[in-house]
Amino acid sequence: MSNEIEQIKDPGLPAHVHRSTDTDPKAAARAERQVAILFGLSALGTLLLIFSYIFVSDKTFIFIPILGETNAHQLGLGMGMAIALFCIGAGLIHWAKTLMPDEEVIAHRHEFRSEDEDRSEFVKTVKAGASAAGLGRRPLIKRTLGAALGLSALTPLLLLRDLGPLPKDSLSKTSWKAGTRLVTDPGDRPLRPEDLEVGAVAQTLPEIAPGAHRSLADIGKDAVLLIRLRPEEFNLDAERLSWTHEGIIAFSKICSHMGCAVALYEQQTKHLLCPCHQSTFDVTRAAKVIFGPAARPLPQLAITVDADGYLVAQAPFNEPVGPSFWERSS
Amino acid sequence: MTARERIAGNVAGYVDDRTGAAKWMKKNLTKVFPDHWSFLLGEICLYSFVILLLSGTFLTFWFDPSMREVVYDGSYAPLKGLEMSAAYASTLDISFEVRGGLLMRQIHHWAALIFMVGIVVHLLRVYFTGAFRKPREFNWIIGVGLLTLGIVEGFLGYSLPDDLLSGTGIRIAEAIIQALPLVGSYLAFFAFGGAFPGEAFIPRIYTVHVLLLPGIFLALITVHLMLVWYQKHTQFPGPGRTEKNVVGYPLMPVYMAKAGGFFFIVFGVTAFLGAVASINPIWLYGPYTPGQISAGSQPDWYMGWLDGLVRMAPPLETHAFGHTISWNILIPGLILPGIMFTGLALYPFIESWATGDKREHHLLDRPRNTPNRTAIGVMALTFTLVSLINGGNDIIATTFHLTINQMMWFARISVLVLPPIAFIITKRLCLSLQRADRDLVLHGRETGRLVRMPNGEFVEVHEPISAEKAWLLTSHEQLAPLELPEHDASGVRRPAALKNKLRNRISRAAAVAVPKATETERRELEGHH
Repeated sequence: MSNEIEQIKDPGLPAHVHRSTDTDPKAAARAERQVAILFGLSALGTLLLIFSYIFVSDKTFIFIPILGETNAHQLGLGMGMAIALFCIGAGLIHWAKTLMPDEEVIAHRHEFRSEDEDRSEFVKTVKAGASAAGLGRRPLIKRTLGAALGLSALTPLLLLRDLGPLPKDSLSKTSWKAGTRLVTDPGDRPLRPEDLEVGAVAQTLPEIAPGAHRSLADIGKDAVLLIRLRPEEFNLDAERLSWTHEGIIAFSKICSHMGCAVALYEQQTKHLLCPCHQSTFDVTRAAKVIFGPAARPLPQLAITVDADGYLVAQAPFNEPVGPSFWERSS
Repeated sequence: MTARERIAGNVAGYVDDRTGAAKWMKKNLTKVFPDHWSFLLGEICLYSFVILLLSGTFLTFWFDPSMREVVYDGSYAPLKGLEMSAAYASTLDISFEVRGGLLMRQIHHWAALIFMVGIVVHLLRVYFTGAFRKPREFNWIIGVGLLTLGIVEGFLGYSLPDDLLSGTGIRIAEAIIQALPLVGSYLAFFAFGGAFPGEAFIPRIYTVHVLLLPGIFLALITVHLMLVWYQKHTQFPGPGRTEKNVVGYPLMPVYMAKAGGFFFIVFGVTAFLGAVASINPIWLYGPYTPGQISAGSQPDWYMGWLDGLVRMAPPLETHAFGHTISWNILIPGLILPGIMFTGLALYPFIESWATGDKREHHLLDRPRNTPNRTAIGVMALTFTLVSLINGGNDIIATTFHLTINQMMWFARISVLVLPPIAFIITKRLCLSLQRADRDLVLHGRETGRLVRMPNGEFVEVHEPISAEKAWLLTSHEQLAPLELPEHDASGVRRPAALKNKLRNRISRAAAVAVPKATETERRELEGHH
């Protein structure tokens, strides 16, 4: 049956059609001139680059439509370079397309597979080599070599151990202690409740001794956001309510999802939003997650005021701040 | 013989006396390469890699990969007097004090984006035309490796300036490491030399970014190109093109001029972008500090799909026996990408297993003629695109006045629903296109000329298509599905039989096709007219 059906046949490579540059010497001369003009333009581009480098100050700004105010120095360098390179490329390709032979050539392929004979010879060579080494007959050598190689692989692991210290409880601890004052970031000013109006937000850090230095690693764990609401707006249990002070509530600013700074506060809805992955936390309900990928509320810092009337932490955070990790227990 | 020819001959002779290269060169200088615009995609990657090496080397002369704190005293007034890392300060200096520095930074960043676009589009071309089939599976795997390393390399480069935006990106990468069960916090502390961000990370990733990964890139690209050279390039089907030949132009002089010229064009276009299109203006972001962030934090596009997956993940965490597992990070950040890249790398083997086709292929497929493969590709692409869109959900929401919740739910639902729909639609479309091909061969081209018959009927005149076109539309193979035994001799089902059943089903799905037109059918139709 199948041999009765006749397939459509391959007509073979179509006849070559000559370009005008192949037949008309005038067209060829024109193409040659075009290529030369492109190379000439490229040279002009490099001149523009040299000119901009030497004579255009990097403080010069010019107005260019669409781009707006643009640094003339950078623009001159860039455009000069772009023109110089592009025109070399365009010239080369125009040359290849108009003046170099465009007759298609046929090359033949051959299968990659080696001859059966070579393949079996190869297998034989490998076998002969292996048996000459006698690995199969000398299990003692095989096993000790295996063990030695395996053990030596421990070397890089061991030597890389000093890349960093062990985490210990570092991920679970912050600098906050009972009585630590909350100071503004930036500014390092201690805050009184009356510094914050209802609806206001303040970014704070734990107070440090004058002259002491905060590392970025500390800021990455200690950053705390203060938000003042009217006390009746809270929807908290008695314990969490006792962690607030006159409507001021404090949360870790480090997102419980992946550690970005939760910096967007919507005053109308009283939602905190993390700009990285849009986890949304409800401030009135102790930063409960109401949307997004975060699985835990932002840790709340219990605050009160000290004898001088400044806001202080009642106690350290009662859970680790920031993203989850294996050793985290809740 | 002119003097010049004599000198050239002497030089060639000198080299050949010492290397015996003449024989190899003679053969390979006239090596034939088939011509198609889509074969330039890989070249774009190669050239942008060279541009990255050149512009990157320039940047290293001034960049100080250190997190040592310095006080900025450069010419950019808004940041004057601010404490920042030496990495950030030196990036500012490259942008404002070094002549051509900003241009080079922008060329470097644009070249990186073009490199990644080039890799992805090149991969799509190779996938949809079936160029990954035997004997080119090794090159496919190397390509997937280059894609993966490219994403890592790009991310590291983006992180080096230590600005507020890139620091936030590192923070997220740290959270992913930290989320690994058992070893996460240890690995994070080793990588960062202590608690995040520490002072060790930037110098460490600098070594990886400028030495380790470029070295691996060079090695992989070399092998990739040597294999292309040795195995000869695939070609699209057409008259005179067979599995046994390559039709195209010789390397010397045509391809040397074209490929060399194309390098300059890619470099020129990148320089143009660097000159007029501002990219990553780090001076606007400020130095990194973990307590601050800017709204609309976005990674580069090739990381966007990962970020989009993380954004749409449901808030799942397991707390048990004093330990925490963050599924909301592990699934979108590691497990799903792991599955996607493994599936991508193994695809050639899966397809050949399912179709039972173990032959060499040098003629490319037209995507419509392999509806199943095309539909799988579009399905995967749809999944990635929805994720990518969700990676910019905040920007899209503000631009189109939507809420972030609408965007997120759109993404969460469509990432599951749209890929299967895309599969079905694509497969149908491919089959329709096959039908159109068949009609074209059998009935000819519609000319748009209407003729009124003597009986008043209007008909459109069809013209037969050329022999070349007819061959192009019918030269592909239509494989019959596998028919592996699903029962053994005594009619009992065995585990192997179950596997066979699965293979039969997949291969039946892959073999669905509109029968291509044949000469016999054509003749029959002519008889009717």
